[in-house]
Amino acid sequence: MRDFSYLRANSIDAARQAAALPGAMLLAGGTTLIDLAKCGVTEPETVVDITHLNGLDGITVDDRGATIGALARMSSVADHADIKSRFPAVSEALWQAASAQLRNMATIGGNLMQRTRCPYFRDPANFPACNKRTPGSGCSAIGGVTRGHAVLGTSEACIATYPGDLATALVAFDATVHLGDRQVAADDFFLLPGTTPDREHAIEPGEMITAISIPASAAAGRSTYLKVRDRQSYEFAAASAAVGIEFEADGRTIRDLRVALGGVATKPWRARAVEEALKGKVLEADTVKQASLLAIEAAVDHGANHYKIELAPRVIARAILKVGETA
Amino acid sequence: MTVHELRTRHDDSKRGDASDGAIFAEAVGGRLSRVDGPAKITGAAKYAVEQQLEGLSHAVLVESTIAAGRVRSIDTAAAKAAPGVLLVLTPDNAVRLNSATDWLGTPPPDAPYCPLARDITFSGQHVAAVVAETFEQAVAAAALVKVAYDETPAIVDLDDPKAGDGIPIDAMTKEWGDAQAAFAAAPVRICAAYNTPREYQTPMEPHGLIAHWQGDRLTVWEPSQWLDGMARTYAEWFGVPFENVRLVSPYIGGGFGSKAFAYGYGAVAAMAAKMLGRPVKLAVTRPQTFTAYGGRAATRQTVALGADAEGRIQSIVHRGVNETSVDGMWVEPLGSVTSIMYATPNFSSRQNVVRVNTVVPGALRAPGENPSAFGIECAIDELAYEVGIDPLEIRLRNYAEQDPEVKKPWSTRQLREAYAAGAEAFGWSRRTAEPRSMRDGNQLIGWGVAAGTYPVRRAYGEAMVRILADGSVEVESSSIDMGQGTYTILAQTAAEVMGVPAENVVVKLGDSRYARAGVTGGSRLAGVMTGAVHKAATGALDQLVGLAISDPNSPFHALQANTLVVANGRLASPRGDGPEVSIAELLGSVGRSQIEAMGDTTPANWTAEDRYKNNTTIAMALSHTEGDYSRHSWCAHFIEVRVDEDFGTVRVSRVVSALDSGRLYNPKLAESQWKGGIIMGIGQALLEEGIVDRRHGRIINNNLADYLIATNADIPDIEVISVGIPDLHSSVLGGKGVGELGIVGVAPAIANAVFHATGKRVRDLPITLEKLI
Ligand SMILES: Cc1cc2nc3c(=O)[nH]c(=O)nc-3n(C[C@H](O)[C@H](O)[C@H](O)COP(=O)(O)OP(=O)(O)OC[C@H]3O[C@@H](n4cnc5c(N)ncnc54)[C@H](O)[C@@H]3O)c2cc1C
Ligand code: SF4
Repeated sequence: MRDFSYLRANSIDAARQAAALPGAMLLAGGTTLIDLAKCGVTEPETVVDITHLNGLDGITVDDRGATIGALARMSSVADHADIKSRFPAVSEALWQAASAQLRNMATIGGNLMQRTRCPYFRDPANFPACNKRTPGSGCSAIGGVTRGHAVLGTSEACIATYPGDLATALVAFDATVHLGDRQVAADDFFLLPGTTPDREHAIEPGEMITAISIPASAAAGRSTYLKVRDRQSYEFAAASAAVGIEFEADGRTIRDLRVALGGVATKPWRARAVEEALKGKVLEADTVKQASLLAIEAAVDHGANHYKIELAPRVIARAILKVGETA
Repeated sequence: MTVHELRTRHDDSKRGDASDGAIFAEAVGGRLSRVDGPAKITGAAKYAVEQQLEGLSHAVLVESTIAAGRVRSIDTAAAKAAPGVLLVLTPDNAVRLNSATDWLGTPPPDAPYCPLARDITFSGQHVAAVVAETFEQAVAAAALVKVAYDETPAIVDLDDPKAGDGIPIDAMTKEWGDAQAAFAAAPVRICAAYNTPREYQTPMEPHGLIAHWQGDRLTVWEPSQWLDGMARTYAEWFGVPFENVRLVSPYIGGGFGSKAFAYGYGAVAAMAAKMLGRPVKLAVTRPQTFTAYGGRAATRQTVALGADAEGRIQSIVHRGVNETSVDGMWVEPLGSVTSIMYATPNFSSRQNVVRVNTVVPGALRAPGENPSAFGIECAIDELAYEVGIDPLEIRLRNYAEQDPEVKKPWSTRQLREAYAAGAEAFGWSRRTAEPRSMRDGNQLIGWGVAAGTYPVRRAYGEAMVRILADGSVEVESSSIDMGQGTYTILAQTAAEVMGVPAENVVVKLGDSRYARAGVTGGSRLAGVMTGAVHKAATGALDQLVGLAISDPNSPFHALQANTLVVANGRLASPRGDGPEVSIAELLGSVGRSQIEAMGDTTPANWTAEDRYKNNTTIAMALSHTEGDYSRHSWCAHFIEVRVDEDFGTVRVSRVVSALDSGRLYNPKLAESQWKGGIIMGIGQALLEEGIVDRRHGRIINNNLADYLIATNADIPDIEVISVGIPDLHSSVLGGKGVGELGIVGVAPAIANAVFHATGKRVRDLPITLEKLI
């Protein structure tokens, strides 16, 4: 960790101006930033502390949807009564993420911006080759230990998994990321690695996440987040699914379905093919299992992560059946 | 908070409790809560590297980024010029140190020792160090040290084609009968290979030290499982008398075998402190806890069992391999449980050790017994299925009535009782034998059993007991408490002997100025130290009583010794018809400020050198099979798992373990140790694995987010049942080992349960989801 200057922002504008300076980085909960600074991955010249900004930690929920300030803590959002009742998948994604200590520190804005857990990315001293860290340097993961790496959305340049849970739920329910005046659909906010894996988010220097909003929907109201992993808590997903369902009046025929996958792709992964295949169908185990396979049609493994291709559709199917069956 | 407020109620005694009915929590056998608990909970307990010293400077290590080769050059210019830097240490400017005697007592080679390497034998080896005014400055400057290497191909692990068969370790060979022929002739045979990966101790408190020289005297604050052993190493490295080195280690945040030795980073810090004439702190980072010293070696075993049609074992053929480093030797005794768990007329076990480019492996809770049990306890389960009998029944059918290896009777072996008590509490009789025959929705349920054992490692001990003017009692020993409860049980021991309440006993540990002590490892400390304190306290009491009846100013002057009782800190005649005074009053009237007694259990003919060896090496320890008996702790684990049939995830949902550790000095602490071992075993079975990048020979999950140990959510309620009885062949007060026993047998019980749930035998730990999906 090298020396940096510390700047406490007292307005959003000041924060953005400061963040536009070369080498400047915003500091929210610090659970990603400090961690990566210790690993030698990020070396900010200026740290712009935004935690003292007023009015950015609100959570409001009404019939139109939810708006969550960028500085709201993961734990506050997870515990919010209206989030729990109207967006259960969002609450569940949050409380299954990280640990209680981290959730109390970490903010929603910082959460969206968390970086991959690719071990090669996190160890520059031993693995100088990483296109995400140093464009054009190569990828140390390919040919190495790939158990946690992505099977969807990969490129020759990078196969790193997007690790976050919350964003998976946000993408499923068409959330919007607010960058002050500019707004970006959550699905578009996260970028595929392609040939530029160093560019992860549709955010420009000097921009800052101010809030996220999630439109209300029947599917969001009847939703779940299913996270599968070897360890029961405090582990990133081997595969996860955010799923919401709305039935026709008969209570069996699927009118609306939302499916997004986590832990298996280079960005939060909306599985639209699964949604389309099941809309209009009666909820039934075999149909759901068949349709879930569509999520991994384009999947490519790198050896040790092959199990994710088996696992992902099973997680989707279980999640759909779970929300579908609990009346 | 005082000790009193924290003391728990006397819990309802557990079934088969061997606490021999102590009425007061204070006495040996009582359930006294940890006396160091409040200090730890409130943060008042100061750990070694938290000491504040005038002029403290900070050292940070530079580690090799290749696994094999040679350092071509080190460019230190930029680091030296960085702000706050006091010293950049490389092999070129390192002080010449001597090699030191090892823990077995092997005399050192007559060659210098340098903790910074030129020849690289593993990734993460110390190659340089930077010392600066602040930790941050040292970290920043360490990143500026440029090391150029000439890399050579590394042997990354046991599976490396270059690894070969390794070196046969003849001392591990055990043979009786004709195992090969008997196996070939057996009507029922199974043979399978069982593997365990590199596993790490991951103590909550990472390693580190503060080294401080005053002239030719060195003080080292360092978490330690063996103050005197480590003090000897430092003394020999720096060529100063043993007495000149003081190790201080008041509290230890977990060791699990990893804090018994002085390691290279200790030499680096002490060297830097000497060169700078300032105290130096070196805090090992969490990633460095994977390479600054070794975890459990990766192991491979094949176990072949030949049996008759009823499942009676005719032959066991066992072959084991463990990895060691290129330049160090670590033998993980893989045949240790294999040779004693079951009666067999024919037996053969051999072991090789393979050199790979890793840090030399080390001790991790139950080294040897742990992986050994994984092999034999899975194999016997496989045999049960092959024969078609219950896994518990096959264990009883092959019950070893005496030690099959040395052919001596057991001192005590309550394993049959453990099977019975565990099976009863678990409800084993309701188990349906067929794999995949028990389920709950998507969850396949499996019940597994496995046994465990750990030898009673015995040694001689010394302790100092003082009675102070205020009537309180002080116990001093350079042994340590790393959470297992030494402070507490030694207070109980002294309290019982001296007839004073435990809160009037102050136990002082963790300073090598106190009465010397051997290693806290191999589950021996409680047995050794309760014996020594018992002796010393008895000596102090004798002196007290002697004074009371001989000193003309004593109210008991001229009474007979056997007419005095000391209870509750007071002296009185048994019938209560004479005077009654407190210990403090007596000392006051006879004009004594204190009574002091050293006590030991060492042989009378020992020389000072023998005692030194006893406390600084394990050369003087007693074998568990010495004399007429074979001495071991025993246990049986009954475990239920739930395996998600779609996801392959395994969750442990129930554990009942019955354990025989002989007499328990404090059942509450013993239960806690057993449970800790079981919890660690659950992590070992399902989660723990040091993952090696095979191109670079480097552990890549070297942090606690990626190296998974069990969390609370992974642990169900654990029921432990004590089935031990006092074993006076094993220790002065009748206890056997506690700390390591609990982990032994947990992984095979889980693997056996997973087989029962799924029909799949997973013989490679950990049992992660992709192995079952
Ligand atoms: C051990 C561990 C385990 C974890 N496990 C999980 C898990 O299971 N699931 C999961 O989802 N997450 C997990 N996390 C990630 C955790 O959720 C994130 O670290 C956290 O949400 C980040 O929030 P923060 O406020 O601390 O961000 P910070 O560390 O303060 O910031 C993170 C990044 O976002 C930028 N930033 C912060 N705020 C803004 C803003 N308003 N606008 C623009 N940029 C901003 C910062 O400059 C920085 O680059 C884990 C983290 C750790 C350390
Ligand atoms: S997968 Fe991506 S993040 Fe990981 S080493 Fe390759 S380029 Fe870097």
